[in-house]
Amino acid sequence: MTGSEIKLETQNFDLYYGNFQALDDISLQIPANQVTAIIGPSGCGKSTFLRAFNRMNDLIPGVHTDGEISMEGENIFNMDVVALRRRVGMVFQRPNPFPKSIYDNVTYGPRVNGLRDRDKLDEIAERSLRGAALWDEVKDDLGKSGLALSGGQQQRLCIARALAVEPDVILMDEPASALDPIATLRIEELIRELKEDYTIVIVTHNMQQAGRVSDYTAFFYTDESRTGILVEFDNTKKIFTNPSDQRTEDYITGRFG
Amino acid sequence: MKLTYLVDRSIKYILLVCALLSVFILFLIAVFTLREGLEAFQTIGVGQMLSGTVWRPGQDQYGILAMILGSVLVTIGAIAIGVPFALGCAIFLAEVAPDNVRAIVRPAVELLAGIPSVVYGLVGMVVLVPMVRQIPVPGNSGYGLLSASIVLAVMILPTITNIAEDAIRAVPQSYREGAFALGSTHWQTITGVILPAARSGIIAGIILGVGRALGETMAMIMVIGNSVVLPKPLNDNPITIFLRQARTLTGNIAVEIGYATGVHESALFATGVILFMLIMLVNIAARMLMKERHA
Repeated sequence: MTGSEIKLETQNFDLYYGNFQALDDISLQIPANQVTAIIGPSGCGKSTFLRAFNRMNDLIPGVHTDGEISMEGENIFNMDVVALRRRVGMVFQRPNPFPKSIYDNVTYGPRVNGLRDRDKLDEIAERSLRGAALWDEVKDDLGKSGLALSGGQQQRLCIARALAVEPDVILMDEPASALDPIATLRIEELIRELKEDYTIVIVTHNMQQAGRVSDYTAFFYTDESRTGILVEFDNTKKIFTNPSDQRTEDYITGRFG
Repeated sequence: MKLTYLVDRSIKYILLVCALLSVFILFLIAVFTLREGLEAFQTIGVGQMLSGTVWRPGQDQYGILAMILGSVLVTIGAIAIGVPFALGCAIFLAEVAPDNVRAIVRPAVELLAGIPSVVYGLVGMVVLVPMVRQIPVPGNSGYGLLSASIVLAVMILPTITNIAEDAIRAVPQSYREGAFALGSTHWQTITGVILPAARSGIIAGIILGVGRALGETMAMIMVIGNSVVLPKPLNDNPITIFLRQARTLTGNIAVEIGYATGVHESALFATGVILFMLIMLVNIAARMLMKERHA
Protein backbone atom coordinates (compact mmCIF):
# COMPACT_ATOMS: atom_id res chain seq x y z
CA MET A 1 0.00 0.00 0.00
CA THR A 2 1.15 3.50 -0.68
CA GLY A 3 -0.02 4.78 2.64
CA SER A 4 -3.34 6.09 1.32
CA GLU A 5 -6.38 5.99 3.53
CA ILE A 6 -8.25 2.67 3.81
CA LYS A 7 -11.93 2.84 2.88
CA LEU A 8 -13.04 -0.77 3.11
CA GLU A 9 -11.43 -3.67 4.87
CA THR A 10 -12.34 -7.35 5.05
CA GLN A 11 -10.89 -9.64 7.68
CA ASN A 12 -11.07 -13.43 7.39
CA PHE A 13 -14.32 -13.08 5.50
CA ASP A 14 -16.20 -16.29 4.67
CA LEU A 15 -19.53 -16.52 2.85
CA TYR A 16 -21.84 -19.50 2.57
CA TYR A 17 -24.89 -20.23 0.42
CA GLY A 18 -26.56 -22.71 2.76
CA ASN A 19 -23.92 -25.43 3.21
CA PHE A 20 -21.88 -24.38 0.22
CA GLN A 21 -18.89 -22.18 0.99
CA ALA A 22 -18.49 -19.58 -1.73
CA LEU A 23 -15.70 -17.49 -0.21
CA ASP A 24 -12.95 -18.60 2.13
CA ASP A 25 -10.92 -16.39 4.41
CA ILE A 26 -10.71 -13.21 2.35
CA SER A 27 -8.68 -10.41 3.93
CA LEU A 28 -7.87 -7.26 2.01
CA GLN A 29 -7.87 -3.49 2.31
CA ILE A 30 -9.42 -1.25 -0.31
CA PRO A 31 -7.80 2.19 -0.45
CA ALA A 32 -9.91 5.33 -0.71
CA ASN A 33 -10.12 7.25 -4.00
CA GLN A 34 -8.52 4.47 -5.95
CA VAL A 35 -9.88 1.94 -8.40
CA THR A 36 -9.58 -1.61 -7.16
CA ALA A 37 -10.22 -4.37 -9.68
CA ILE A 38 -11.26 -7.90 -8.77
CA ILE A 39 -10.33 -10.43 -11.40
CA GLY A 40 -10.41 -14.20 -11.63
CA PRO A 41 -11.96 -17.10 -13.49
CA SER A 42 -15.74 -17.58 -13.70
CA GLY A 43 -17.38 -18.89 -10.54
CA CYS A 44 -14.58 -17.83 -8.22
CA GLY A 45 -16.89 -15.62 -6.16
CA LYS A 46 -15.84 -12.19 -7.46
CA SER A 47 -19.39 -10.87 -7.76
CA THR A 48 -20.42 -12.49 -4.49
CA PHE A 49 -17.52 -10.73 -2.80
CA LEU A 50 -18.43 -7.40 -4.39
CA ARG A 51 -22.05 -7.76 -3.29
CA ALA A 52 -20.90 -8.32 0.27
CA PHE A 53 -19.81 -4.67 0.55
CA ASN A 54 -23.37 -3.31 0.23
CA ARG A 55 -24.92 -6.46 1.70
CA MET A 56 -26.86 -7.26 -1.45
CA ASN A 57 -26.37 -10.91 -0.50
CA ASP A 58 -28.85 -10.26 2.33
CA LEU A 59 -31.56 -10.54 -0.33
CA ILE A 60 -30.65 -14.15 -1.04
CA PRO A 61 -32.18 -16.63 1.40
CA GLY A 62 -29.73 -18.95 3.13
CA VAL A 63 -26.65 -16.74 2.88
CA HIS A 64 -24.54 -16.36 5.98
CA THR A 65 -21.12 -14.95 6.63
CA ASP A 66 -18.20 -15.15 9.04
CA GLY A 67 -15.44 -12.65 9.60
CA GLU A 68 -15.69 -8.93 9.29
CA ILE A 69 -16.11 -6.21 6.74
CA SER A 70 -15.61 -2.65 7.88
CA MET A 71 -15.98 0.71 6.26
CA GLU A 72 -13.82 3.41 7.78
CA GLY A 73 -13.40 1.14 10.78
CA GLU A 74 -17.11 0.52 11.34
CA ASN A 75 -18.47 -3.03 10.98
CA ILE A 76 -20.96 -2.92 8.09
CA PHE A 77 -22.96 -5.79 9.54
CA ASN A 78 -23.80 -3.59 12.53
CA MET A 79 -24.91 -0.72 10.30
CA ASP A 80 -28.45 -0.09 9.13
CA VAL A 81 -28.51 -1.72 5.71
CA VAL A 82 -30.39 1.16 4.08
CA ALA A 83 -27.85 3.66 5.40
CA LEU A 84 -25.00 1.41 4.25
CA ARG A 85 -26.38 1.21 0.72
CA ARG A 86 -26.67 4.97 0.53
CA ARG A 87 -22.93 5.16 1.20
CA VAL A 88 -22.01 2.22 -1.01
CA GLY A 89 -23.62 2.50 -4.43
CA MET A 90 -23.71 -0.21 -7.04
CA VAL A 91 -23.72 -0.51 -10.82
CA PHE A 92 -24.80 -3.85 -12.22
CA GLN A 93 -23.63 -6.05 -15.04
CA ARG A 94 -26.68 -5.40 -17.20
CA PRO A 95 -27.88 -1.81 -17.26
CA ASN A 96 -31.06 -1.79 -15.16
CA PRO A 97 -32.71 1.62 -15.42
CA PHE A 98 -36.22 1.68 -14.00
CA PRO A 99 -39.07 1.94 -16.52
CA LYS A 100 -39.34 5.63 -15.68
CA SER A 101 -38.13 8.87 -17.20
CA ILE A 102 -34.43 9.74 -17.18
CA TYR A 103 -35.17 12.43 -14.60
CA ASP A 104 -37.10 10.05 -12.34
CA ASN A 105 -34.35 7.46 -12.61
CA VAL A 106 -31.64 9.87 -11.50
CA THR A 107 -33.67 11.46 -8.72
CA TYR A 108 -35.04 8.16 -7.41
CA GLY A 109 -32.39 7.82 -4.69
CA PRO A 110 -32.69 11.37 -3.29
CA ARG A 111 -36.48 11.09 -3.37
CA VAL A 112 -36.63 7.86 -1.36
CA ASN A 113 -34.26 9.68 0.95
CA GLY A 114 -37.06 12.18 1.53
CA LEU A 115 -35.90 15.08 -0.66
CA ARG A 116 -38.90 16.84 -2.26
CA ASP A 117 -37.49 20.26 -3.18
CA ARG A 118 -37.82 20.48 -6.93
CA ASP A 119 -34.92 22.91 -7.42
CA LYS A 120 -32.59 20.72 -5.39
CA LEU A 121 -33.68 17.66 -7.34
CA ASP A 122 -33.09 19.46 -10.65
CA GLU A 123 -29.66 20.42 -9.47
CA ILE A 124 -28.82 16.87 -8.37
CA ALA A 125 -30.09 15.48 -11.67
CA GLU A 126 -27.85 17.79 -13.67
CA ARG A 127 -24.81 17.27 -11.48
CA SER A 128 -25.20 13.47 -11.49
CA LEU A 129 -25.79 13.27 -15.24
CA ARG A 130 -22.75 15.49 -15.84
CA GLY A 131 -20.78 13.29 -13.46
CA ALA A 132 -21.73 10.27 -15.53
CA ALA A 133 -20.89 12.08 -18.79
CA LEU A 134 -24.46 11.75 -20.00
CA TRP A 135 -25.81 15.28 -19.52
CA ASP A 136 -25.01 16.65 -22.97
CA GLU A 137 -26.74 13.73 -24.66
CA VAL A 138 -29.98 13.83 -22.66
CA LYS A 139 -30.38 17.35 -21.26
CA ASP A 140 -33.24 18.19 -23.66
CA ASP A 141 -34.95 14.86 -23.13
CA LEU A 142 -35.09 14.30 -19.40
CA GLY A 143 -38.72 13.20 -19.66
CA LYS A 144 -37.85 10.38 -22.05
CA SER A 145 -37.97 6.83 -20.71
CA GLY A 146 -34.63 5.54 -19.46
CA LEU A 147 -35.33 2.35 -21.40
CA ALA A 148 -35.28 4.31 -24.67
CA LEU A 149 -31.55 5.00 -24.34
CA SER A 150 -28.82 2.88 -25.92
CA GLY A 151 -27.11 0.24 -23.77
CA GLY A 152 -24.08 2.41 -23.08
CA GLN A 153 -26.25 5.40 -22.23
CA GLN A 154 -28.40 3.22 -19.97
CA GLN A 155 -25.31 2.12 -18.08
CA ARG A 156 -24.17 5.73 -17.67
CA LEU A 157 -27.69 6.55 -16.49
CA CYS A 158 -27.32 3.84 -13.86
CA ILE A 159 -24.01 5.36 -12.84
CA ALA A 160 -25.66 8.80 -12.63
CA ARG A 161 -28.43 7.25 -10.54
CA ALA A 162 -25.81 5.85 -8.16
CA LEU A 163 -23.95 9.20 -8.01
CA ALA A 164 -27.16 11.07 -7.14
CA VAL A 165 -27.21 9.43 -3.71
CA GLU A 166 -23.70 10.84 -3.09
CA PRO A 167 -22.10 7.59 -1.98
CA ASP A 168 -18.50 7.21 -0.81
CA VAL A 169 -17.95 3.95 -2.65
CA ILE A 170 -19.22 2.70 -6.00
CA LEU A 171 -19.25 -1.03 -6.65
CA MET A 172 -19.27 -2.05 -10.29
CA ASP A 173 -20.09 -5.59 -11.32
CA GLU A 174 -18.69 -6.07 -14.82
CA PRO A 175 -20.24 -2.76 -15.80
CA ALA A 176 -19.16 -2.92 -19.43
CA SER A 177 -19.63 -6.60 -20.21
CA ALA A 178 -22.95 -6.02 -21.98
CA LEU A 179 -21.66 -3.04 -23.98
CA ASP A 180 -19.95 -2.56 -27.33
CA PRO A 181 -16.25 -1.51 -27.43
CA ILE A 182 -16.93 2.21 -27.86
CA ALA A 183 -19.44 2.35 -25.02
CA THR A 184 -16.95 0.32 -22.97
CA LEU A 185 -14.22 2.88 -23.52
CA ARG A 186 -16.51 5.67 -22.39
CA ILE A 187 -17.33 3.79 -19.20
CA GLU A 188 -13.62 3.18 -18.55
CA GLU A 189 -12.84 6.85 -19.07
CA LEU A 190 -15.63 7.67 -16.66
CA ILE A 191 -14.28 5.28 -14.03
CA ARG A 192 -10.89 7.00 -14.13
CA GLU A 193 -12.58 10.39 -13.67
CA LEU A 194 -14.82 9.18 -10.86
CA LYS A 195 -11.97 8.04 -8.63
CA GLU A 196 -11.25 11.70 -7.86
CA ASP A 197 -14.34 11.71 -5.68
CA TYR A 198 -15.21 8.09 -5.07
CA THR A 199 -13.65 4.82 -4.07
CA ILE A 200 -14.33 2.34 -6.82
CA VAL A 201 -14.33 -1.44 -6.69
CA ILE A 202 -14.86 -3.14 -10.03
CA VAL A 203 -15.31 -6.78 -10.91
CA THR A 204 -14.20 -7.55 -14.42
CA HIS A 205 -13.64 -10.50 -16.66
CA ASN A 206 -11.54 -8.43 -18.96
CA MET A 207 -7.91 -8.30 -17.87
CA GLN A 208 -7.02 -5.50 -20.26
CA GLN A 209 -9.79 -3.52 -18.67
CA ALA A 210 -8.44 -4.19 -15.20
CA GLY A 211 -5.02 -3.09 -16.43
CA ARG A 212 -6.40 0.08 -17.99
CA VAL A 213 -8.62 1.35 -15.21
CA SER A 214 -7.39 0.03 -11.89
CA ASP A 215 -4.74 1.04 -9.39
CA TYR A 216 -4.96 -2.15 -7.36
CA THR A 217 -5.93 -5.64 -8.42
CA ALA A 218 -7.15 -8.60 -6.41
CA PHE A 219 -6.85 -12.00 -8.06
CA PHE A 220 -9.43 -14.53 -6.96
CA TYR A 221 -9.19 -18.17 -7.77
CA THR A 222 -11.06 -21.40 -7.18
CA ASP A 223 -10.39 -25.10 -7.56
CA GLU A 224 -12.83 -28.02 -7.94
CA SER A 225 -14.40 -27.17 -4.58
CA ARG A 226 -15.79 -23.99 -6.23
CA THR A 227 -14.88 -22.07 -3.07
CA GLY A 228 -13.32 -18.72 -3.92
CA ILE A 229 -10.03 -17.69 -2.36
CA LEU A 230 -7.90 -14.57 -2.65
CA VAL A 231 -4.58 -15.49 -4.22
CA GLU A 232 -2.92 -12.14 -4.52
CA PHE A 233 -3.68 -8.49 -3.94
CA ASP A 234 -1.30 -5.75 -4.97
CA ASN A 235 -0.61 -2.81 -7.21
CA THR A 236 -2.11 -3.45 -10.61
CA LYS A 237 1.26 -2.87 -12.21
CA LYS A 238 2.91 -5.40 -9.95
CA ILE A 239 0.18 -8.00 -10.56
CA PHE A 240 0.44 -7.64 -14.30
CA THR A 241 4.20 -7.47 -14.63
CA ASN A 242 5.63 -9.39 -11.73
CA PRO A 243 3.03 -11.45 -9.85
CA SER A 244 4.18 -13.29 -6.76
CA ASP A 245 2.00 -16.34 -7.25
CA GLN A 246 2.33 -18.82 -10.07
CA ARG A 247 -1.47 -19.09 -10.43
CA THR A 248 -1.74 -15.34 -10.95
CA GLU A 249 0.89 -15.45 -13.62
CA ASP A 250 -0.78 -18.37 -15.36
CA TYR A 251 -4.09 -16.54 -15.37
CA ILE A 252 -2.65 -13.21 -16.51
CA THR A 253 -0.76 -14.83 -19.33
CA GLY A 254 -3.89 -16.62 -20.44
CA ARG A 255 -2.85 -20.14 -19.60
CA PHE A 256 -6.30 -20.81 -18.16
CA GLY A 257 -9.54 -19.06 -17.30
CA MET B 1 -48.68 -47.95 -40.46
CA LYS B 2 -51.33 -46.49 -42.66
CA LEU B 3 -53.70 -45.95 -39.72
CA THR B 4 -51.04 -44.09 -37.72
CA TYR B 5 -50.50 -41.86 -40.69
CA LEU B 6 -54.22 -41.28 -41.07
CA VAL B 7 -54.67 -40.39 -37.40
CA ASP B 8 -51.72 -38.05 -37.61
CA ARG B 9 -53.10 -36.29 -40.64
CA SER B 10 -56.63 -35.99 -39.34
CA ILE B 11 -55.92 -35.05 -35.72
CA LYS B 12 -55.07 -31.48 -36.51
CA TYR B 13 -58.35 -31.07 -38.37
CA ILE B 14 -60.28 -32.53 -35.44
CA LEU B 15 -58.54 -30.10 -33.11
CA LEU B 16 -59.23 -27.27 -35.52
CA VAL B 17 -62.93 -28.15 -35.50
CA CYS B 18 -62.95 -28.02 -31.68
CA ALA B 19 -61.37 -24.59 -31.74
CA LEU B 20 -63.64 -23.27 -34.48
CA LEU B 21 -66.69 -24.67 -32.73
CA SER B 22 -66.05 -22.59 -29.62
CA VAL B 23 -65.72 -19.45 -31.72
CA PHE B 24 -68.87 -20.44 -33.59
CA ILE B 25 -70.80 -20.96 -30.37
CA LEU B 26 -69.81 -17.48 -29.22
CA PHE B 27 -71.03 -16.16 -32.55
CA LEU B 28 -74.31 -18.09 -32.23
CA ILE B 29 -74.96 -16.75 -28.75
CA ALA B 30 -74.36 -13.21 -29.93
CA VAL B 31 -76.63 -13.61 -32.95
CA PHE B 32 -79.37 -15.41 -31.06
CA THR B 33 -79.47 -12.92 -28.19
CA LEU B 34 -79.48 -10.05 -30.64
CA ARG B 35 -82.30 -11.61 -32.69
CA GLU B 36 -84.46 -12.20 -29.64
CA GLY B 37 -83.81 -8.69 -28.39
CA LEU B 38 -84.40 -7.04 -31.75
CA GLU B 39 -88.16 -6.78 -31.26
CA ALA B 40 -87.65 -4.84 -28.04
CA PHE B 41 -85.08 -2.55 -29.61
CA GLN B 42 -87.51 -1.86 -32.46
CA THR B 43 -90.74 -1.36 -30.52
CA ILE B 44 -89.24 0.40 -27.49
CA GLY B 45 -86.21 2.04 -29.07
CA VAL B 46 -82.61 1.71 -27.91
CA GLY B 47 -82.46 5.24 -26.53
CA GLN B 48 -85.74 4.83 -24.69
CA MET B 49 -84.55 1.60 -23.10
CA LEU B 50 -81.19 2.92 -22.05
CA SER B 51 -82.50 6.20 -20.63
CA GLY B 52 -85.87 5.09 -19.30
CA THR B 53 -86.10 5.15 -15.52
CA VAL B 54 -89.26 3.11 -15.18
CA TRP B 55 -89.39 -0.67 -15.57
CA ARG B 56 -93.03 -1.71 -15.55
CA PRO B 57 -93.58 -4.55 -18.01
CA GLY B 58 -97.32 -4.67 -17.23
CA GLN B 59 -97.66 -1.16 -18.63
CA ASP B 60 -95.18 -1.62 -21.43
CA GLN B 61 -92.56 0.55 -19.78
CA TYR B 62 -89.12 -0.91 -20.28
CA GLY B 63 -86.50 1.55 -19.05
CA ILE B 64 -83.39 -0.21 -17.74
CA LEU B 65 -81.48 2.81 -16.45
CA ALA B 66 -82.13 1.73 -12.87
CA MET B 67 -80.57 -1.66 -13.59
CA ILE B 68 -77.62 -0.13 -15.45
CA LEU B 69 -77.06 2.13 -12.47
CA GLY B 70 -77.46 -0.84 -10.14
CA SER B 71 -74.83 -2.84 -12.02
CA VAL B 72 -72.45 0.10 -12.28
CA LEU B 73 -72.79 1.10 -8.63
CA VAL B 74 -72.37 -2.41 -7.30
CA THR B 75 -69.29 -2.83 -9.50
CA ILE B 76 -67.81 0.45 -8.29
CA GLY B 77 -68.49 -0.61 -4.71
CA ALA B 78 -66.92 -4.02 -5.27
CA ILE B 79 -63.84 -2.46 -6.87
CA ALA B 80 -63.49 0.12 -4.10
CA ILE B 81 -63.59 -2.59 -1.45
CA GLY B 82 -61.99 -5.44 -3.37
CA VAL B 83 -59.03 -3.81 -5.13
CA PRO B 84 -57.10 -2.63 -2.05
CA PHE B 85 -57.77 -6.00 -0.46
CA ALA B 86 -56.71 -7.94 -3.56
CA LEU B 87 -53.62 -5.78 -4.11
CA GLY B 88 -52.65 -6.32 -0.49
CA CYS B 89 -52.97 -10.09 -1.00
CA ALA B 90 -50.99 -9.95 -4.24
CA ILE B 91 -48.15 -7.91 -2.74
CA PHE B 92 -48.07 -10.19 0.28
CA LEU B 93 -47.92 -13.32 -1.90
CA ALA B 94 -45.38 -11.98 -4.38
CA GLU B 95 -43.06 -9.96 -2.14
CA VAL B 96 -43.49 -10.77 1.51
CA ALA B 97 -44.74 -14.29 2.15
CA PRO B 98 -42.15 -17.01 2.71
CA ASP B 99 -42.65 -20.01 0.45
CA ASN B 100 -44.40 -22.18 3.04
CA VAL B 101 -46.94 -19.47 3.87
CA ARG B 102 -47.51 -18.77 0.20
CA ALA B 103 -48.13 -22.49 -0.37
CA ILE B 104 -51.13 -22.24 1.95
CA VAL B 105 -52.47 -18.77 1.14
CA ARG B 106 -52.35 -18.94 -2.63
CA PRO B 107 -54.47 -22.11 -3.01
CA ALA B 108 -56.87 -20.68 -0.43
CA VAL B 109 -57.32 -17.53 -2.50
CA GLU B 110 -57.78 -19.66 -5.60
CA LEU B 111 -60.35 -21.76 -3.80
CA LEU B 112 -62.44 -18.65 -3.30
CA ALA B 113 -62.96 -18.65 -7.06
CA GLY B 114 -64.35 -22.18 -6.89
CA ILE B 115 -67.09 -21.52 -4.35
CA PRO B 116 -70.48 -21.56 -6.09
CA SER B 117 -72.09 -18.19 -6.47
CA VAL B 118 -75.21 -19.30 -4.62
CA VAL B 119 -73.13 -20.11 -1.54
CA TYR B 120 -71.78 -16.56 -1.52
CA GLY B 121 -75.39 -15.42 -1.73
CA LEU B 122 -76.42 -17.58 1.22
CA VAL B 123 -73.57 -16.39 3.41
CA GLY B 124 -74.34 -12.84 2.36
CA MET B 125 -77.99 -13.21 3.33
CA VAL B 126 -77.40 -14.90 6.65
CA VAL B 127 -74.24 -13.14 7.86
CA LEU B 128 -73.68 -9.92 5.97
CA VAL B 129 -77.18 -8.53 5.52
CA PRO B 130 -77.98 -8.59 9.27
CA MET B 131 -74.67 -6.81 9.94
CA VAL B 132 -75.36 -4.11 7.35
CA ARG B 133 -78.84 -3.74 8.80
CA GLN B 134 -77.21 -2.49 12.02
CA ILE B 135 -76.16 0.73 10.27
CA PRO B 136 -78.64 3.22 11.76
CA VAL B 137 -80.09 4.94 8.69
CA PRO B 138 -83.88 5.04 8.25
CA GLY B 139 -84.96 2.88 5.32
CA ASN B 140 -81.92 0.60 5.57
CA SER B 141 -83.04 -3.03 5.29
CA GLY B 142 -79.60 -4.59 5.07
CA TYR B 143 -80.36 -5.79 1.56
CA GLY B 144 -78.93 -3.47 -1.03
CA LEU B 145 -75.89 -2.17 -2.86
CA LEU B 146 -73.52 -2.24 0.11
CA SER B 147 -74.13 -5.89 0.97
CA ALA B 148 -73.93 -6.77 -2.72
CA SER B 149 -70.67 -4.81 -3.13
CA ILE B 150 -69.04 -6.60 -0.22
CA VAL B 151 -70.07 -10.04 -1.49
CA LEU B 152 -68.88 -9.13 -4.96
CA ALA B 153 -65.59 -7.78 -3.63
CA VAL B 154 -64.80 -11.19 -2.16
CA MET B 155 -65.88 -12.91 -5.36
CA ILE B 156 -63.53 -10.88 -7.57
CA LEU B 157 -60.66 -11.11 -5.09
CA PRO B 158 -59.07 -14.24 -6.62
CA THR B 159 -59.20 -12.88 -10.17
CA ILE B 160 -57.45 -9.65 -9.28
CA THR B 161 -55.06 -11.23 -6.80
CA ASN B 162 -53.86 -13.88 -9.23
CA ILE B 163 -53.26 -11.55 -12.14
CA ALA B 164 -51.72 -8.83 -9.98
CA GLU B 165 -49.43 -11.35 -8.29
CA ASP B 166 -48.25 -12.65 -11.66
CA ALA B 167 -47.64 -9.09 -12.82
CA ILE B 168 -45.62 -8.29 -9.70
CA ARG B 169 -43.60 -11.49 -10.04
CA ALA B 170 -42.90 -10.66 -13.68
CA VAL B 171 -41.10 -7.45 -12.68
CA PRO B 172 -37.42 -8.15 -13.40
CA GLN B 173 -35.29 -8.89 -10.36
CA SER B 174 -32.84 -6.29 -11.66
CA TYR B 175 -35.32 -3.49 -10.85
CA ARG B 176 -35.55 -4.75 -7.28
CA GLU B 177 -31.79 -4.94 -6.95
CA GLY B 178 -31.40 -1.50 -8.49
CA ALA B 179 -33.83 0.00 -6.00
CA PHE B 180 -32.33 -1.77 -3.00
CA ALA B 181 -28.82 -0.76 -4.05
CA LEU B 182 -29.91 2.88 -3.98
CA GLY B 183 -30.89 2.49 -0.36
CA SER B 184 -34.63 2.11 -0.62
CA THR B 185 -36.48 0.08 1.95
CA HIS B 186 -38.55 -2.90 0.87
CA TRP B 187 -41.76 -0.88 1.06
CA GLN B 188 -40.25 2.00 -0.94
CA THR B 189 -39.10 -0.50 -3.53
CA ILE B 190 -42.61 -1.96 -3.78
CA THR B 191 -44.44 1.35 -4.08
CA GLY B 192 -41.82 3.27 -6.04
CA VAL B 193 -40.55 0.70 -8.52
CA ILE B 194 -42.35 -2.64 -8.48
CA LEU B 195 -45.99 -1.54 -8.53
CA PRO B 196 -45.41 1.11 -11.24
CA ALA B 197 -43.57 -1.49 -13.33
CA ALA B 198 -46.42 -3.97 -12.85
CA ARG B 199 -49.09 -1.34 -13.43
CA SER B 200 -50.52 -2.51 -16.74
CA GLY B 201 -50.85 -6.08 -15.48
CA ILE B 202 -52.53 -4.92 -12.30
CA ILE B 203 -54.98 -2.76 -14.25
CA ALA B 204 -55.73 -5.70 -16.54
CA GLY B 205 -56.53 -7.75 -13.45
CA ILE B 206 -58.85 -5.06 -12.15
CA ILE B 207 -60.64 -4.83 -15.47
CA LEU B 208 -61.12 -8.59 -15.59
CA GLY B 209 -62.53 -8.26 -12.07
CA VAL B 210 -64.93 -5.63 -13.37
CA GLY B 211 -66.00 -8.04 -16.11
CA ARG B 212 -66.64 -10.71 -13.55
CA ALA B 213 -68.54 -8.30 -11.32
CA LEU B 214 -70.81 -7.15 -14.14
CA GLY B 215 -71.70 -10.73 -15.00
CA GLU B 216 -72.39 -12.01 -11.50
CA THR B 217 -76.05 -12.93 -11.06
CA MET B 218 -77.14 -15.37 -8.39
CA ALA B 219 -75.34 -13.90 -5.40
CA MET B 220 -76.54 -10.45 -6.43
CA ILE B 221 -80.18 -11.49 -6.59
CA MET B 222 -79.90 -12.89 -3.08
CA VAL B 223 -78.51 -9.81 -1.34
CA ILE B 224 -79.26 -6.72 -3.41
CA GLY B 225 -83.01 -6.51 -2.79
CA ASN B 226 -84.01 -6.48 -6.47
CA SER B 227 -85.91 -3.19 -6.41
CA VAL B 228 -86.54 -1.82 -9.89
CA VAL B 229 -86.66 1.76 -8.65
CA LEU B 230 -83.83 4.08 -9.63
CA PRO B 231 -81.41 3.98 -6.65
CA LYS B 232 -81.16 7.25 -4.70
CA PRO B 233 -79.51 8.14 -1.40
CA LEU B 234 -81.63 7.38 1.68
CA ASN B 235 -80.95 10.80 3.16
CA ASP B 236 -78.86 13.93 2.59
CA ASN B 237 -75.63 11.99 2.67
CA PRO B 238 -75.00 10.77 -0.93
CA ILE B 239 -73.07 7.74 0.31
CA THR B 240 -76.32 6.28 1.71
CA ILE B 241 -77.20 5.36 -1.89
CA PHE B 242 -75.27 2.18 -1.13
CA LEU B 243 -77.83 1.23 1.53
CA ARG B 244 -80.59 1.40 -1.09
CA GLN B 245 -82.01 -1.73 -2.65
CA ALA B 246 -81.32 -2.09 -6.33
CA ARG B 247 -81.24 -4.58 -9.17
CA THR B 248 -78.48 -5.52 -11.59
CA LEU B 249 -78.86 -6.09 -15.33
CA THR B 250 -78.15 -9.78 -14.80
CA GLY B 251 -80.57 -10.01 -11.90
CA ASN B 252 -83.28 -8.38 -14.00
CA ILE B 253 -83.04 -11.13 -16.59
CA ALA B 254 -82.84 -14.00 -14.15
CA VAL B 255 -85.72 -12.82 -11.95
CA GLU B 256 -88.22 -12.21 -14.74
CA ILE B 257 -87.39 -14.56 -17.60
CA GLY B 258 -89.46 -17.36 -16.05
CA TYR B 259 -92.76 -15.69 -16.76
CA ALA B 260 -92.01 -13.06 -19.40
CA THR B 261 -93.65 -13.21 -22.83
CA GLY B 262 -93.78 -11.05 -25.93
CA VAL B 263 -92.08 -7.65 -25.78
CA HIS B 264 -91.26 -8.21 -22.13
CA GLU B 265 -89.30 -11.34 -22.98
CA SER B 266 -87.60 -9.57 -25.84
CA ALA B 267 -86.71 -6.66 -23.56
CA LEU B 268 -84.91 -9.10 -21.27
CA PHE B 269 -82.91 -10.39 -24.21
CA ALA B 270 -82.15 -6.79 -25.11
CA THR B 271 -80.87 -6.34 -21.58
CA GLY B 272 -78.67 -9.34 -22.25
CA VAL B 273 -77.32 -7.77 -25.45
CA ILE B 274 -76.37 -4.61 -23.60
CA LEU B 275 -74.69 -6.63 -20.86
CA PHE B 276 -72.91 -8.74 -23.46
CA MET B 277 -71.49 -5.67 -25.18
CA LEU B 278 -70.48 -4.08 -21.90
CA ILE B 279 -68.55 -7.15 -20.79
CA MET B 280 -66.99 -7.58 -24.22
CA LEU B 281 -65.70 -4.02 -24.12
CA VAL B 282 -64.26 -4.57 -20.67
CA ASN B 283 -62.54 -7.78 -21.72
CA ILE B 284 -61.09 -6.23 -24.86
CA ALA B 285 -59.68 -3.41 -22.77
CA ALA B 286 -58.10 -5.93 -20.37
CA ARG B 287 -56.66 -7.94 -23.22
CA MET B 288 -55.10 -4.88 -24.80
CA LEU B 289 -53.43 -3.96 -21.52
CA MET B 290 -52.11 -7.49 -21.05
CA LYS B 291 -50.69 -7.44 -24.55
CA GLU B 292 -48.97 -4.14 -23.87
CA ARG B 293 -47.32 -5.78 -20.90
CA HIS B 294 -45.97 -8.67 -22.92
CA ALA B 295 -44.80 -6.46 -25.77
